[in-house]
Amino acid sequence: MKKVFIDSAVSISAQNTFDTYGFLEEIKDISGKTVSANYPNYRDYIALAASRRMATAVKMGVTAASKALEKANLKQPDAIITGTGMGCIEDTEKFLNNIISNEEAFLTPTPFIQSTHNTVGAQIALGLNCKAYNNTYVHAALSFESALLDAQLLLQQDEGKHVLVGGVDELGKEIINYVRLMEDRDSSGIQVPFSEGASFFVVSSEAKEAAIQLVDMEVCSTASEEKLQENLKGFLLRNKIEPFQIDVLIAGRNGDAFDVYYDSASSFFENATELHYKHLSGEFYTASSFGLWAAYEILNRQEIPKPLIYKDESTSEINTILLYNQFKGRDHSFILLKR
Amino acid sequence: MGVAITGMGIISAIGHSVEENKTSLLASKSGIASLKHIQTKHSKLIKVGEISFSNAELTEQLQLSEDHNYTRTGLLGLFAAKASLKDANITDSSEYRTGFISATTVGGMDMTELYLKQFATDTEAQKYIQSHHAGDSTQKIADAIGITEFVTTISTACSSAANAIMLGARLIKAGKLDRVVVGGTDALSKFTINGFKTLMIQSDALCAPFDADRKGLNLGEAAAYLVLESDAVVQKEEKKVLAYLSSYGNANDAFHQTASSENGEGAFLAMQKALKMAKLNPEHIDYINAHGTATPNNDLSESNAYRRVFGNDVPDFSSTKAFTGHTLAAAGVVEAVYSVLALQEQTIFPNLNFKTAMPETGLKPITSIVKKELHHVLSNSFGFGGNCATLIFSKA
Repeated sequence: MKKVFIDSAVSISAQNTFDTYGFLEEIKDISGKTVSANYPNYRDYIALAASRRMATAVKMGVTAASKALEKANLKQPDAIITGTGMGCIEDTEKFLNNIISNEEAFLTPTPFIQSTHNTVGAQIALGLNCKAYNNTYVHAALSFESALLDAQLLLQQDEGKHVLVGGVDELGKEIINYVRLMEDRDSSGIQVPFSEGASFFVVSSEAKEAAIQLVDMEVCSTASEEKLQENLKGFLLRNKIEPFQIDVLIAGRNGDAFDVYYDSASSFFENATELHYKHLSGEFYTASSFGLWAAYEILNRQEIPKPLIYKDESTSEINTILLYNQFKGRDHSFILLKR
Repeated sequence: MGVAITGMGIISAIGHSVEENKTSLLASKSGIASLKHIQTKHSKLIKVGEISFSNAELTEQLQLSEDHNYTRTGLLGLFAAKASLKDANITDSSEYRTGFISATTVGGMDMTELYLKQFATDTEAQKYIQSHHAGDSTQKIADAIGITEFVTTISTACSSAANAIMLGARLIKAGKLDRVVVGGTDALSKFTINGFKTLMIQSDALCAPFDADRKGLNLGEAAAYLVLESDAVVQKEEKKVLAYLSSYGNANDAFHQTASSENGEGAFLAMQKALKMAKLNPEHIDYINAHGTATPNNDLSESNAYRRVFGNDVPDFSSTKAFTGHTLAAAGVVEAVYSVLALQEQTIFPNLNFKTAMPETGLKPITSIVKKELHHVLSNSFGFGGNCATLIFSKA
């Protein structure tokens, strides 16, 4: 079975993460119900005429994907795999509202055409004229993880050598407000703003110098806290890792009642520095791809930006990082990285 | 030999079980009719492949509480997924490493389009806010059938279910799962009816795949699932194998967001990949269950791809979409079920409503029931976004 490495990582997020050589140097305080991403200058990546027709997720996705390929010095990937929780919700809402307000008359096809969940993956393929394997996962908080798992499978089984994989979600204008409304009704609901973003990666089966290895990953649809602990033990055991070898734990805490899952995972790793990120990225179904981007940067730079620190256990060298994410007590994922 | 298929479940416009679907296919009995369950201005101008059960009837059949927040997509999916497990004689999903991979395009749209403007204030309607996203039906079905570990959802437009089947097979072959339920579900919705209306590729008459005078597609709704099991489980449990999934191919047309390239590049590449993987030559394919939506663009592009792969010897082929309508995300698995039935019955199901071959290619589909020795059946699914998928099924 081939090993899997991360060759490049690019993120567009609520923070200044795209047009910068720095790593979360200036933090934008995000608060409120919803926060838009810090949009880059799309002109550098997408022709103006094309960009005008594209919704936010497509623009963010195509741009992050282009830069991820550029950073990995890759022209044509052997596969393009995308994850998105809400898909192209902007165009979906637009078409839906046109149907409602015009009583099914005078509709134009463009928002319908661009409302399908695979639009981002398709537009990336079109832009690259890439006829290779192409797939889109739309499974809530496991959308990105499913895409990454597929990429891992392709590389391990030698069905490709370089895979472009990413997670992308846009806020939209309407349904997100209803989701927020329901969330805020519950005092132990999600405590960070809802947001959006796109994080793309090139993963490959060819080790380069100072490569970062995606050692393994695992997803689980539903689990009690006890079952989750069992799963975590099993995951570490299978990868021959002792808890003390984990230097950094990155948890997807969002302040809701289900953070107890992170507490229970955290109790395994007393010596590890624990990080959180959703207070910086906001919460959305593919927010965990921002977490993976941060992990990649930390391993690469051997530096942890202060705002990420949840529990500090100063470590001199950072070699092994475990990411754990879940949403409302379901859709659990572990990702293990090694320098 | 490929991956063993040990169970199937389906609900479509031509039947609520595998048996009923088979009976309709063998009787050339189409399920395309006028729309009943959805209120739309276009109901008199379209024909659809609608499932006769109402949501209330499905709720009762599935023994769900009346205040559930399943969308129709979820209800149809659970109905078919349960049937597939029963067919495979599986009562306990926790015995083996079992996964669930479902495909959908509309997700919870059928409820969102009804209640969108009530979400802000109507507490009754608010239960459907969380059921909008595409993963919701999958999560609910997985919970209901007791699959707790690997669960995911794929959405690549009209090739979604074919990609779900493909992923399941890859996970079994890689030894990551022992057993996996794969397929898809899509309910009809006002959203898709209006969407295809704006594209002007929806026919007001019965669809006629591959016909020179084809006027467009009929939409349909369906859910279907296959149970795939590893050879080890098949041996240990002495399972009856219905057929094998021998190989698969996924490629992108990279031509246009909705239209297919004229030479069918994506389709051509997907078929080539699948043939290569199965180590089969084009002449080994005994029957093609075509994508054949009956839109002018698809059927020509697909026909050109057949000419490129098979030259002058295009195998017997038919599109079964005139039976079921185009069931979007579910189409790939509905047609996978029909491909397995074709192998089991050693029968080619007819391409209904065909009269005249299109002048560009002269290809004629099979238009009546044909009994024939079938070893390998190729099934195609192509979608918006250039997503093309090919599956090859072989006789058990």
